[in-house]
Amino acid sequence: MNTRTQVLLWGAQRISAMVLALCVIVHLVTVIYAVRNGLSAAEILGRTRGSVAWGCFYALFVAAVAVHAPIGMRNIFAEMGWRRRGVDVMMFVLALTLAMWGLRAVWAVVL
Amino acid sequence: MIKNDFRARNHPAYWAFLTHRVSGVALTLFLPLHFWALGNALHGEAKLESFLRWSDQPLVKFAEMMLVLLLAAHMAGGVRLLMLEFMTWRNINDQHKTLLAVAAGVSVAVGLAFLLNLV
Amino acid sequence: MAMGTLNVKIWRGTESGNFQDYKVPRQESQTVLDVVTYVQRRLDPSLAYRFACRVGVCGSCAMTVNGISRWTCRTHVSKVVGEGTLEIAPLRNLPVVRDLVTDMTEFFDKWAKARGHFTGNKTRKDDFARVEPASMPRRAVDAAIECIGCGVCYSSCEVVTWKPDYLGPAALSRAWTLVNDVRDVAQKERLAAVAGDAGCHACHTHMNCTERCPKHISPTAGIAGLKRAVLAATLKGEL
Repeated sequence: MNTRTQVLLWGAQRISAMVLALCVIVHLVTVIYAVRNGLSAAEILGRTRGSVAWGCFYALFVAAVAVHAPIGMRNIFAEMGWRRRGVDVMMFVLALTLAMWGLRAVWAVVL
Repeated sequence: MIKNDFRARNHPAYWAFLTHRVSGVALTLFLPLHFWALGNALHGEAKLESFLRWSDQPLVKFAEMMLVLLLAAHMAGGVRLLMLEFMTWRNINDQHKTLLAVAAGVSVAVGLAFLLNLV
Repeated sequence: MAMGTLNVKIWRGTESGNFQDYKVPRQESQTVLDVVTYVQRRLDPSLAYRFACRVGVCGSCAMTVNGISRWTCRTHVSKVVGEGTLEIAPLRNLPVVRDLVTDMTEFFDKWAKARGHFTGNKTRKDDFARVEPASMPRRAVDAAIECIGCGVCYSSCEVVTWKPDYLGPAALSRAWTLVNDVRDVAQKERLAAVAGDAGCHACHTHMNCTERCPKHISPTAGIAGLKRAVLAATLKGEL
């Protein structure tokens, strides 16, 4: 992996971090609000079903996580000594998996 | 070469790093479970509801609180890192311990807010 | 005037070795370097160690005292002795030549790899360069220029331990002082040298370096600056 790509990966991780900071604040507020008087599927789905706003928000959240987490994990593996091409491929697969399952979950609660 | 042991790492900025890394890994491991649980709604509201009722046990609620704490800690620690890396117009590096204290305080406050709204 | 006895464990051997016990008379205002010197002169002449100025300007006496990298000539025994035991070992992350002496070759090689040297394009026939002392770049240089290459930061850095090719805090901090040197003309090459997985991007802001630097330099701050400079250059297509 050439230097330019490494720098852009770092940049992508920091940009996704900034996006996530905002998403997580919204998410934590929502979670703390939703957990009052117990969690219920009706309450959660009542908020998200049919909502374009929540759909877009969670889709953005999932996209940011799918970028942020694998790049972070790649660093950790590199420091444990695993620096091969295979790890890069695994991290890309992780990114795709998080994106797919995440978007499936967004789909599940919005539609 | 000889490696450092815990004595060399025993200072606040390193604990902040450790918290950030551990929370990041824990959250990455948790996310697939989270996506799966929510994806249950695809099979109807009742499926999601039955999962939520299963999660009503104290042990699960405790785990949820830990996850909220980990998420808040990772975010607060992350914002601290973004500030240390990108803020140039102040000598932010000289105030790094204050920044750390604020991040830690915010994390605990969020964890508490969750806990208090849970009970 | 003696004040009792110190139990001192000193590392003997190379990477594989062991701690040997010595009993050293405790004195008032005694430094760890005094202790090592006493052992070598009075108890065990085979002990190998480095020192030069003895007064905190050269950095040669850097060792690990009770697990922490520091200058032994500026470490008072009373400050670190705890329950009366001192553990003295060589700097970390470097090959051990013998006992308390490490091979500093890779430390200085990485300095060169990070392009930690000045490249100018003026001659003695040109006028002096004008550098405004209060300007942001010069103040950034001032904050990091006093580095004497003692190796304490390098010894303290965990990323150096985990990634053998990581350039390390000292080399990157020096590169940062040159990135901010308005007279230098090799900035593109320097940024290319410090970027990437073995460069500034490997730093995780542990701040062990900043915590331990005897000159109160913050390599963490310099490395953050390098990250910004490299990103800017990359986005402009210069990298």
